[in-house]
Amino acid sequence: MIRPRHYVIALSIMVALVLQIVPLPSQADTYRPDWVLVVLAYWTMALPHRVNVGVAFISGIALDILLGTPLGVHSLVLCFCVYILAANYQRLRNYSVWQQCVIIGLLSAFYHLLSFWLLHLLNDIFFLYEYMLPVVTSMAIWPWVFWLLRKLRRQLKIV
Amino acid sequence: MEAIFSRGPSLNNRLAIAIVLSIILIVVDNKLDGFQSTRMFLNSLMSPLQYIANLPSLMLNASADQLTSQQQLLEENKRLTRQMLLASEKLQRFDVLSRENEELRELLDAPVSRNMRKIVAELMSVDRNPYSRQIVINKGTLDGVFLSQPLIDDSGIIGQVMEVSTTNSRVLLITDVTHSIPVRSLRNNIRFIATGSGGKNEVFLEHVAHSVDIAVGDVLVSSGLGGVFPAGYPVAKVTYVDKDEGREFARVTAEPLAELDRIKYTLLLELNP
Repeated sequence: MIRPRHYVIALSIMVALVLQIVPLPSQADTYRPDWVLVVLAYWTMALPHRVNVGVAFISGIALDILLGTPLGVHSLVLCFCVYILAANYQRLRNYSVWQQCVIIGLLSAFYHLLSFWLLHLLNDIFFLYEYMLPVVTSMAIWPWVFWLLRKLRRQLKIV
Repeated sequence: MEAIFSRGPSLNNRLAIAIVLSIILIVVDNKLDGFQSTRMFLNSLMSPLQYIANLPSLMLNASADQLTSQQQLLEENKRLTRQMLLASEKLQRFDVLSRENEELRELLDAPVSRNMRKIVAELMSVDRNPYSRQIVINKGTLDGVFLSQPLIDDSGIIGQVMEVSTTNSRVLLITDVTHSIPVRSLRNNIRFIATGSGGKNEVFLEHVAHSVDIAVGDVLVSSGLGGVFPAGYPVAKVTYVDKDEGREFARVTAEPLAELDRIKYTLLLELNP
């Protein structure tokens, strides 16, 4: 029988994908946090044996299709980010939520710089500082996402 | 340390596999264009998520429609009737002129321009990706949309279809940095190529010699060269001309006439039905 705990991870990633593409007014749009990265980061730190590079690759491909970027750009960037987390998950788990915020900020900055750099190689785009604004909002949503997903994980006993 | 990967390759090997796969995907998709049909399939697979993401704005629009007052509706009705009257007056003259034009063209043995099939499409979502200028519309191959089909709104050319799936398609705007459109000046028929600037709502005219007669306020219309866009649709208006002799070419920027940041309904054109 299929219980919620079997598909909660997939469902949370899907919700993150939808949040990543929901239309917003253009003023709010530049501040949109990296939902997919934050959700993947939580699951990688909590359950690295279930969510790691493979899941990141698939979510990256989905993100590429939804955002219309060349296939492989976001999957490559997300794989790198998730690899860093999965390789250090034992240390990162012991950090407080605020220390994890800093890590998420660094990771998000790395995510945006790497994807900018890849897209710059593919078609000549210019760098604007507002491309880095999501770093701040990603850091701001991390405690809430962390709290919500941990509650979900404990209540549904996902292992 | 306990092994977190009891089955399958180790974490490092997984990363290596993912990197190799991604790089292959990037090269094949971007440089070799090898995924036309696969992308259509993947886009169709992902379109439910796009429809879900579009729900909140649909609901907001619906509730806004419910809350419009009678006063507003009456005012809008009055305005639209006025507009309709003006437009139909223009159309009466246009009918006569187009017949006259056809007859003259026949006299000159020039090809007569035929009618076009048109599809009305609604905007589904504006692209989130800050590096490119794209929109998604709610018509796909099932409605007869095809690759590189031109799109216009009520004031000018918007762009062309870059990816189609069964129920929606993605449109590349003329301001995207990878997009260029052949245009000519309405005042003196000089031909240019207008390339998107990427960030802002403007296009650049490329390789314009210093001696070329172009001035701020000139209207640029599509020239029909290249075969993608039909001739004669307005594209942009020149906003800035810098004829600095120290540079190789004059720097000319123009602003698109279509309101690219507030598109709601678009018209897809088909050249040869």
